[in-house]
Amino acid sequence: MNKAWMQKIKTFKLKPIHILEVFVFILMLVFLYPFYIVAINSAKPIAEIVRTPTQLPESFLTLFSNIQTILAASQIRYLQSFFNSVIITSVSLVLIGITSGMAAWVLVRTKTKISMAIFLLFVSGLVIPFQVVMLPLVRFLELITMTIGIPLRDTHHGVILAYMGFGAPLSVFLFHGFIKSIPLEIEEAAIIDGCNKFQLFFNIVLPILKPIFVTLLVLNGMWIWNDYLLPILIIGVGGSTQTLPLAVASLAGAYVRQWDLILTSVLMAAFPVVVLFLFAQKHIIKGMTSGAIK
Amino acid sequence: MAQTIPIRKKRGKKSAERLGFWLFLAPALIAFIIMVWVPFFMGLYFSMTDWTGLNTGRQIFTGLLNYRTIFTDFRFIYSFSRTVLYSVLNILVINGVAFGLALLVTMKFKLKNVYRAAFFMPNLIGGLVLGFIWQFIFNNIIAGQVGLQLLERSPLSSSPNHAMMALIAVVTWQYAGYIMMIYIAALQNVPEDLVEASKIDGANALQRMRAIILPLVAQAFTVALFLTLVTSFKQFDTVVSLTNAGPATDLPLFIRNLLNITTTPTVSGTSLIAVDIYREAFTRFNMGVGQAKAIVFFAALLLISITQVYVNKKREVEL
Repeated sequence: MNKAWMQKIKTFKLKPIHILEVFVFILMLVFLYPFYIVAINSAKPIAEIVRTPTQLPESFLTLFSNIQTILAASQIRYLQSFFNSVIITSVSLVLIGITSGMAAWVLVRTKTKISMAIFLLFVSGLVIPFQVVMLPLVRFLELITMTIGIPLRDTHHGVILAYMGFGAPLSVFLFHGFIKSIPLEIEEAAIIDGCNKFQLFFNIVLPILKPIFVTLLVLNGMWIWNDYLLPILIIGVGGSTQTLPLAVASLAGAYVRQWDLILTSVLMAAFPVVVLFLFAQKHIIKGMTSGAIK
Repeated sequence: MAQTIPIRKKRGKKSAERLGFWLFLAPALIAFIIMVWVPFFMGLYFSMTDWTGLNTGRQIFTGLLNYRTIFTDFRFIYSFSRTVLYSVLNILVINGVAFGLALLVTMKFKLKNVYRAAFFMPNLIGGLVLGFIWQFIFNNIIAGQVGLQLLERSPLSSSPNHAMMALIAVVTWQYAGYIMMIYIAALQNVPEDLVEASKIDGANALQRMRAIILPLVAQAFTVALFLTLVTSFKQFDTVVSLTNAGPATDLPLFIRNLLNITTTPTVSGTSLIAVDIYREAFTRFNMGVGQAKAIVFFAALLLISITQVYVNKKREVEL
């Protein structure tokens, strides 16, 4: 072991690529620096942050008292917002995946003019920015509530329905492209075996869609978890179903320049996503880029 | 599930097939129409009314008045010109940084996967949250800290152009890693033997880049430019949390001359168009005018992005 190392050191020659690697390594540290800043300052009281924002905290235990203050702040409702985000994101993801998959499948397998027209209707949704529909959308949701009595604003099902609608164009488009490459023979064999349409989709087609399903989980998941504009309109700051970005925004509004609390809440919001990323790095990177390239 | 079988027996296979088609389509299509198409057409109508958002149900049709209003509205003209400036700079910086990073991390480094993951990481954080992180870094570390003070005043409050540069730096930090991944995928598809052959023929690194690599990754440029264009134009969350559209400044002379304004009104230095639409609707309560702005914004974005994709597509080569 030692000898092998000595040998390596003796034969080591400084090549340009080594200098470049040192440069990239330093660049990486620069990119990660903001994360480090958030992490160390979450464990400081406000006076210490102002005095020494770049130094390690005097006591890491301060992190827990900061977290406690945030959890106890009744006007922020941090824990409730966290669970709202979890529910809204996970249910939306499953429903977008299944409904868009179902729609894309019948659109590929039915070769009529209507089917083609509906597919184009979905795809044209890709170019419509949220800003164009957001003002009338709020009005329309209120109109629905007034006429049929189902509340849609500031409810879980209302927000989830909104994500189903806004998630449909990209999801249907990506599923459509994928399903076209699945050979029809598999489905024909299942029909001969006596499968009805629902069994055919859920038992045969859906498992084949898994790779593109994962891509969409990542793409839609990142979007919904971090989204701010849609929740602020449909839920509103301080709403009973407020999501995590809304909670962080209202905390920053309520505690202006209270960086101990703001940075701790930032840490708490980013932590789950970063941990998830470290475990499922490959899927996440692949999902986010393959979705863009197609 | 149980319904489809008796229907098939009664009315034959064809109508069951059609029913199945609509049943499978319905959930996604209904949600999509409710959330996107109905509000889209409502918006076309509301942009031609004096809708304020306060009075529910009563608004008067005013034709194209709102559209005439916004083209003489100095806030809109200013926001639009700032958005164009911001988008152009942002697209150049993000794609420059992203392509540079992609070239670096496709080299034979020992830790290249670690670098890739690290450069990608900021993309996980939502725009609103990371705006707060950087507000702290600019105000308390770069400008505020005793002894280290890189700048005397925080760029976020010193001038509109500084604030915009800060915004570009933050969005580049967030987005370059993502765009980098798109370039990596393209660079890995450049055939090794083609690169080797050019080396044997005596091409230097610059010639190799121009003649081989750039044409072969042109498709990735189309995608990356499109993505950065659209996100720059729609920028909202990060502006809200980083600069809150500030700092305030005098309306530039060229817009005053353009609109024949003799006074000097105050505008917000980083109030990009998405922020201006939001404020028109929710702080000035001119929903109709806000909606007209949104539609002009949509038309402009559509026109610019179609042009961009068309121009880029012409440069792509098939291998």
